[in-house]
Amino acid sequence: MGGREATMVLLDENGIRCDGRKIDETRKITIKAGVLKNADGSAYIEFGDNKILVGIFGPRDVHPKHMSDTDTGILRVRYHMEPFSVTERKNPAPSRREIEISKVIKEALEPAVMLEKFPRTAVDVFIEVLQADGGTRCAALSAASVALADAGIPMRDLVAACASGKVADTIVLDVNNEEDQAGQADMPIGYMPNLKKITLLQLDGILTPEEYKKCVEVGVNGCKIVYELQKKALTDKYFGNGSD
Amino acid sequence: MENKRKYVIPGDLVTTGPFRPEQNVILEGNKIISTSIGISEIYDDSVRVIPLTGKYIPKIDDLVIGKVLSHTSLSWELDINSCYVGFLPAQDVFGRDFSAHADELASKLKTGDLVAARIANFDRTRDPLITISDRDLGKIDSGTLVKISPSKVPRLIGKRGTMIQTIEMATDAAITIGQNGWVVVSCESHEGLLKAKKAIQMVNEKAHVANLTDQVKKMLESKSES
Repeated sequence: MGGREATMVLLDENGIRCDGRKIDETRKITIKAGVLKNADGSAYIEFGDNKILVGIFGPRDVHPKHMSDTDTGILRVRYHMEPFSVTERKNPAPSRREIEISKVIKEALEPAVMLEKFPRTAVDVFIEVLQADGGTRCAALSAASVALADAGIPMRDLVAACASGKVADTIVLDVNNEEDQAGQADMPIGYMPNLKKITLLQLDGILTPEEYKKCVEVGVNGCKIVYELQKKALTDKYFGNGSD
Repeated sequence: MENKRKYVIPGDLVTTGPFRPEQNVILEGNKIISTSIGISEIYDDSVRVIPLTGKYIPKIDDLVIGKVLSHTSLSWELDINSCYVGFLPAQDVFGRDFSAHADELASKLKTGDLVAARIANFDRTRDPLITISDRDLGKIDSGTLVKISPSKVPRLIGKRGTMIQTIEMATDAAITIGQNGWVVVSCESHEGLLKAKKAIQMVNEKAHVANLTDQVKKMLESKSES
């Protein structure tokens, strides 16, 4: 972070991006499941320079009681950025942006979790962004779904997420912070790979219909890459020293 | 009996075909998909996944260990390590002729007491109803509480109780296993108690290892020699 130049070439003539990636390449991703002892489920993700920790509690009693639903369990998500997660200190109080991302992630997870099995309960998802570098909502969503699986919440499928976008008139996979600032479009996608369903789709920028189709396709392919890593994180924790 | 066991995570395809989906699987079209991290088992006509993680969900007739949270003048509330609190009505303890002003609930069970109980009734509309009016149920006076993951209780019991018998025989301890993952160990000798606790923790940590009974046996024997 910080050390990168202010004026840079977003995409050179060889199709190499500002951080040395090809157009269809993601940043380096590592996911670890079950990193917190006191939470019911947890996960840690490093998505390029993003570092995000997710903890899950529940299903558990709903407080305040009036929020509970007699038909189904409810999902509560808090996305929060640490004051030190960005270059200039961020006020730790929830900002407009954080409240929105909490809602968006909640709605992206809801189609996957089967909370109707636990009426009158709540599942709490706490997402802490330790370090941010563009694309935190996708990284947070991917980590949250691993953490939910780790907590043993019944799920139809994992939710994998990855962004695609338009930078220097080219559709690229996994937009980083610089490309997000200087690029033309950014499209975060949440995807359930086995059910082949999209649970999150946002678009900031302008795309032609053709570019839009290409962008979704590229993003979904990115999600499939993320999914393999999510799968690995869970298998490593649960079946690590067993044999298959 | 090896019926194609497989490690699965949520979203994984277990099998396709005309099977009855049981625990932790859903039917999507003709595909049977796992909803939990666990081990899939395919029987003649049904499929299920044994979960490796998750909270305890009450089931009718389960034996559980509960801890008294509080009481009103009519009932107790028990922590049963679940997302719901156990409800123990006073009639269950005092009998039919219970009267709220004549009988004092705290005289029988106080906050913090441990209770061996059975889930008498539970459905999705109400909190689980608990009973202690049966043989071997009721207040636990002595012993140590060991908490393990509820999904590992079947492993602690073992095939036809082999695992728990091994531990009980080697340590002379009496072990009560609640399906909710709470286990009460009581033993005459301090050494046996520590050993039994260690064995239970070992099962909790190494539940996925094959031949665990032998490993536990070895651990218990090696300690007794020294």
